[in-house]
Amino acid sequence: MRISLFVTCLADTLFPQVGKATVTLLERLGHQVEFPAAQACCGQMHVNTGYQREALPLIRRYVKVFSGADAVVVPSGSCAGSVRHQHAMVARRLGDEALARQAAAVAARTWELSELLTDVLGVEDVGAYYPHRVTYHPTCHSLRVLGVGDRPLRLLRQVDGLALVELPESVACCGFGGTFAVKNADTSIAMLADKMRHVLSTGAEVCTAGDSSCLMHIGGGLSRLRAGVRTVHLAEILASTRAGTGGLR
Amino acid sequence: MTFLGMPPVAPPGVGHLEGTEAFPAAARRALADSQLRANLARATSTIRAKRARVVGELPDWEELRAAGEAVKTATMARLDEHLERLEAEVTARGGTVHWARDAAEANETVAGLVRAAGATEVVKVKSLATDEIGLNDALAAHGIAAWETDLAELIVQLGADRPSHILVPAIHRNRAEIREIFLREMGDVDPGLTDDPAALAEAARLHLRRKFLSAQVGISGANFAIAETGTLCVVESEGNGRMCLTLPRTLITVMGIEKVLPSWADLAVFLQLLPRSSTGERMNPYTSMWTGVTPGDGPQQVHLVLLDNGRTAALASGTGRAALHCIRCSACLNVCPVYERAGGHAYGSVYPGPIGAVLSPQLTGVERNASLPYASSLCGACYEVCPVRIDIPSILVELRARHVEESRRDHRVPSAEAAMMAAASWVMGHPARFRAAQRAGRLGRLAGRRGRIRRLPPPLAGWTSARDAPVPPAQTFRQWWRQERGGS
Repeated sequence: MRISLFVTCLADTLFPQVGKATVTLLERLGHQVEFPAAQACCGQMHVNTGYQREALPLIRRYVKVFSGADAVVVPSGSCAGSVRHQHAMVARRLGDEALARQAAAVAARTWELSELLTDVLGVEDVGAYYPHRVTYHPTCHSLRVLGVGDRPLRLLRQVDGLALVELPESVACCGFGGTFAVKNADTSIAMLADKMRHVLSTGAEVCTAGDSSCLMHIGGGLSRLRAGVRTVHLAEILASTRAGTGGLR
Repeated sequence: MTFLGMPPVAPPGVGHLEGTEAFPAAARRALADSQLRANLARATSTIRAKRARVVGELPDWEELRAAGEAVKTATMARLDEHLERLEAEVTARGGTVHWARDAAEANETVAGLVRAAGATEVVKVKSLATDEIGLNDALAAHGIAAWETDLAELIVQLGADRPSHILVPAIHRNRAEIREIFLREMGDVDPGLTDDPAALAEAARLHLRRKFLSAQVGISGANFAIAETGTLCVVESEGNGRMCLTLPRTLITVMGIEKVLPSWADLAVFLQLLPRSSTGERMNPYTSMWTGVTPGDGPQQVHLVLLDNGRTAALASGTGRAALHCIRCSACLNVCPVYERAGGHAYGSVYPGPIGAVLSPQLTGVERNASLPYASSLCGACYEVCPVRIDIPSILVELRARHVEESRRDHRVPSAEAAMMAAASWVMGHPARFRAAQRAGRLGRLAGRRGRIRRLPPPLAGWTSARDAPVPPAQTFRQWWRQERGGS
């Protein structure tokens, strides 16, 4: 299958290993991955902070860049959620009905990584090897906007060597919330403190999730505490094999 | 009545719809109170678990939610007709209906009715509407003492405190604190009072019994009103409400106009949704309903005050209108990670938590509660449990957009945030600019030590107050792709 990668502005700029892992994984599964270089950002930060007018050109760009794609993969639950839940809504609110219709059409072919693997490509065992103790944080937008359910867990359970430990209170928000983490830094940190407490209680070496943003938040807190637990995106785990991580890390 | 232009919002300076400080500052103080954090965490996790258990029993829960949403949506679309029907039916059965444009009008109406009844004391059923309009303070100014009879409201009143939860106004107090308040404030209490919940309830019972037997006027809110028969309905757990609704000669009910339901068939849906969502019970213990005046039985003077106080403005607002569907169950508070940590007082309004963050700013106008739409990580837990499927995250996003648009209209000089957002849009709207910005951002590598940045300048300083930031990598993804795969 020909799959277009929307890498997200965050992974592109700060976590390129997530994009590389997505490419490595999908190509290993026999698919052709394209990266349209004209892509930039889904506009979620703008929409969620109240700047819909500023989000509109970003939505227009996303629609234009991916309108010809058979399938778009996004290694982020919240960015995929923004494409599916916000793009048409914002276009309609700002009076661009034609864009709203096109956005809805592109959104219908946009998949978060675990959705693409399990629903579109029909695979749960991706042939990965990752000999570590791992706990999974289901990010809010993966869980409640997209409804990915246990898809990431089904994928993780098939990973050779991986010991999956359940995260207590897993469905509680980590406190990131985009600009919430800065505007309401104290409340955000209080939420993060509880999330970290639960992560540490599992004894896991690695905390994984399907969103680089939430992982940046949890990982930033764990790093500040020198907690000795690292955050790794789901794509990186699924891309790893006995042959190594493909030089990703 | 014909409104020219937009309907008015709730007036400032009366009632409890806005706090004196913005949410982040109020929350910061609450977060530092470890006793409050413990009380809230214990209480909300207990109610969360109860709710999840009883909701899980119903195979048609999602259909019930959809029915609740559909009834509310349809009712709001013809609210004027349902209210006029309600007025006609209440009047035909011996009740009197009063229309109050706002909190001040409602307070004056109620005070006038109490004075006309010749009373200087009233007993109150737990009511959010009367707290919203600040009725107790207004009555006090008229020399009328209002006694709260709901146990938690009594704790709040005796402690000269503010409610912090829709269902459990004293949720921020534990039983040791409640014992201290009773010992200090209840003149007639047994000095050997323990903090056993049964003993505390008994002390309140003895204290209140005298009020019930002497009061000439009862004041209530209403959970529902049935337009087709003019019936009012109050749902409570203690029976104290029923005492207030049946013993006094005069009964005055203050009800937000959005509480009306067309028919009894509609009520059936909500009496299933409300107790399971609210207290986590299958059925509500005390459901009181009254229709006008029954000669020789119960109150012989029955008044209904229909309160607008910004509701028509919310109704006119399109996307935000769904906030008026709320049946005040408080399920969204109990699942909210922000509420659980910051507590109800931080919201500054009688309506705290996620529903308060979308309701209060609409009743007052967004500018008077501008920090509330941002008091959420948009995690969506509230929408998941709402018994009438109010899409709270989407309304929060809508209110943020309205706030930004109003600020933009009112200020010619853009705020730092607005300038940053505009710049980010300009940069990200074009790949060449984005690549240039990524190159500039890699200067951040200079700030990094061992792969982490420990301090960032404003506006990102809040991030690094407790979290490290990642150091930009040597190569962005798109540089890697171009290097590996070529092409543009």
